[in-house]
Amino acid sequence: MSTVTPADAPVRTGPPAHDAHHGEGTSLSTFLSTYVFSKDHKVIGLQFLFSTLVWFLIGGLLALAVRWQVAWPWSDVPVLGKLFAQQGGQMAPEFYTMLFTMHATVMIFLVIIPILAGAFGNFLIPLMIGADDMAFPTLNMLSYWFMWPAFICFGASFFVEGGAAAGGWTSYPPLSTNPQSAPGSGMGQTLWLLGLTMVGVSSMLGSVNYMTTIILMRAPGMTMFRLPMTIWAMFITAILQAFALPVLTAAGFMQLMDRSLGTGFFTPEGLVVNNSINGAGGGQPLLWQHLFWFYSHPAVYIMILPAMGMVSDILTTFARKPLFGYRPMVYSVAGIAGLGFIVWGHHMFVSGMNPALGITFMVATMMIALPSAVKTFNWLGTIWGGRIHFTAAMLFALSFVSMFIIGGLSGIFMAATPVDIFIHDTYFIVAHFHYVLFAGTAMGVWAGIYYWFPKMFGRTMNEFWGKVHFFLTFIFLNGTFFTMHILGAVGFPRRLADAYHYETFHHLQPLNAFMTWCAIGMVASQIIFAVNFFWSMFYGPVAGRNPWNANTLEWTAPSPPGHGNFDFQPVVYRGPYEFSVPGCEKDHLMQTDPPHPAEVAAAAAAHAHA
Amino acid sequence: MTTDNRDDNAPAEWDSGLPKGRRIGGIVWSLLFLLVPVLGVATFIVAPWFDHWLPKDISVHGRDIDGLFYFILALTGVVFVATEMLLFWFMWKYDAAAVRGPAKYIHGSHTLEVVWTIIPAATMLFLGIYQMNTWADVKMRRPRIAPSAEVVARQFEWRIRYPGRDGTLGTPDDLFVVNDLHVPLDEDFLVQLKSMDVLHSFFLPNLRVKHDAVPGMKQPVWFRATEAGTYDIVCAEVCGWGHYKMKGRVTVESRADFEEWLAGVEARQEATQRGPEDAPPAAED
Repeated sequence: MSTVTPADAPVRTGPPAHDAHHGEGTSLSTFLSTYVFSKDHKVIGLQFLFSTLVWFLIGGLLALAVRWQVAWPWSDVPVLGKLFAQQGGQMAPEFYTMLFTMHATVMIFLVIIPILAGAFGNFLIPLMIGADDMAFPTLNMLSYWFMWPAFICFGASFFVEGGAAAGGWTSYPPLSTNPQSAPGSGMGQTLWLLGLTMVGVSSMLGSVNYMTTIILMRAPGMTMFRLPMTIWAMFITAILQAFALPVLTAAGFMQLMDRSLGTGFFTPEGLVVNNSINGAGGGQPLLWQHLFWFYSHPAVYIMILPAMGMVSDILTTFARKPLFGYRPMVYSVAGIAGLGFIVWGHHMFVSGMNPALGITFMVATMMIALPSAVKTFNWLGTIWGGRIHFTAAMLFALSFVSMFIIGGLSGIFMAATPVDIFIHDTYFIVAHFHYVLFAGTAMGVWAGIYYWFPKMFGRTMNEFWGKVHFFLTFIFLNGTFFTMHILGAVGFPRRLADAYHYETFHHLQPLNAFMTWCAIGMVASQIIFAVNFFWSMFYGPVAGRNPWNANTLEWTAPSPPGHGNFDFQPVVYRGPYEFSVPGCEKDHLMQTDPPHPAEVAAAAAAHAHA
Repeated sequence: MTTDNRDDNAPAEWDSGLPKGRRIGGIVWSLLFLLVPVLGVATFIVAPWFDHWLPKDISVHGRDIDGLFYFILALTGVVFVATEMLLFWFMWKYDAAAVRGPAKYIHGSHTLEVVWTIIPAATMLFLGIYQMNTWADVKMRRPRIAPSAEVVARQFEWRIRYPGRDGTLGTPDDLFVVNDLHVPLDEDFLVQLKSMDVLHSFFLPNLRVKHDAVPGMKQPVWFRATEAGTYDIVCAEVCGWGHYKMKGRVTVESRADFEEWLAGVEARQEATQRGPEDAPPAAED
């Protein structure tokens, strides 16, 4: 069934040496070094995966609480209302501002970024390039453990006086720098900044590690242009992280100093907020926005490029077809990343930034639609003429393409500066980024989980329940998020605890109630996923090395791979997408399969044709 | 064994070895994906019927902004339907349970890559240049008049100051109101936008105006209202716990009504300031 080790590949000398490292010591210390303070990239990847999935649940519940207030303002919150009863189960407005701030913070900094780079990046990079581990295993371990101070900071901030940060996930000063300006701008904001710094340290440690590993530790024969798209995306994401993060970290410290040491980077001279003066003044609130978005716009791509890479790989496997336009795909990822550094100002069209500068950012933003379009067309080209197998992973990958089209196109509205004047900070932008980040990235993450689960745990997830999970999630997510475009067209502003007292918006409550019911359904559907995930971990059908008959290197390793990953030295002979080579006796040629006469003939024919 | 039977049972060289699934699966899934463009377009058609659409535009700039919105909606709508239909069609047609041959062995097409790079590039460039004029009208070509009013945002109200009889802001005859902006019909109206404390955003949905109020900055915002009535002023930048209730109203009225209202404000303010015995507490608190 599954592909076995290529017979002529050189056998790696020495045993996989799993126990050699941990031979002495008590069983407790063995347990700790194997599963807790492990330096094995696979264990670290799974640690990231489990932690981020827990935060995904927390972030989802925060979202439900936000949706509750938007649909039925000031009505008693069921179940959760008792937990943080403030006004007899009713939500206080400052509590609402905290909810949406922390929903975004948790989802962005504790879920999407770490699940893509931390979980999938860690697990997949060495396996897919044929390395036995990361270049810097200790650094890798630290990148996970630096997440814990962040978990603690963000988690604890809910319980400090004034509650967690409540100035929006963008933390615009002076609301965020002046502790008197809002209840959440006290200790909660300080913890938010510290947590953010820790997430940054973690990302940076991961980033240098990924870059080094991908550049230096590829298996023999694995040239850069034989790398799977997942690895290209992870590589370029790591570069983005390395160059953008220092700016955010510096900005975070500047805000921390404004708050605690009395500096005035972001507050103008003599600013009085809520009868209190904070800091020396002489600064500029817009400076924060520039610094913040200089990181956070590239971060938007950090949050989608790896998912794009994974989806590209999954589409080829289940369409049994080479990726359409491999090099254009690589160049468009690079193009998105490059342009990603010069478009941050499109978040600031109406911020008071010089409107002439807005034009520059508008043109750059329009141009970033290009590589996105190229990617979409190439995905369509990939499934064209294929033999599509509708597995759960494939369905999630296809829905990524379908939903990314919506998220990509709705971005054009905001990029058009005059239109942005009206829809800026309305539900239109909320619809846009949820289509990119939830309907896009989260669907890509699920595709990745269903696809690589056999490699992670040696067992396959249940396909039937996987499809049920997909069906419900797909329906409910569109019910929740597509309707947000309509709210946005009315101008319905985001972040309002209650907008129905405005004449313009008072008739929108029924639509909001519908969306909240969909959101509840969407979160409830994840119970199916959670049960399937944990049940399959222990009782799922045992998977061989290569349950999907895919081509990339990780499928030549045992499932799950032992310490050191490969029980032979992988040697790479071709690119990652050689499916359905004419004249070949099987429909896929793995990267490690020895050169095949059929592909030589096919290459010669293609060359003659061109 | 007949030839027919062998076709079904013996794996062909191009068989993936994965369960192909039944044809009905491919049909159901592709139809589900077909729902995306169908319901997507339907949503945008139905919504305006229920008044879930752009609020009534009463401004000169708004016409251009809405026109651009509709233009982009049409453009993205066509691309949306085309690409989603392709996705549906490929899913329907290239289902492994329906395809009777190997997948195409093709690595891409240079021509197609060039085509689908150049067409979007030209479109986006056109869109970028096409909208610049509107943007310049709304944010760069400030009318050459003295500020008609000053709007100062603070937690959680809009403090509005009119220049009074001398037409100049910052003089003793300035007139003050809170949350109640009056604007003369069919005249350029230039607001000087400031913030006293944190960021706010001055959002007039019906006038298609939105601009952040930034402490330490004095910013011009202008518009010309074309229809009388009373409309919402919304704060669109989170400004603290009371953000949701930072509500004001803008009244568009004829020049005469506007003058009359202004005179009323002046009279009340004069009465307050000149009659210390029955003066109500100052508005500052």
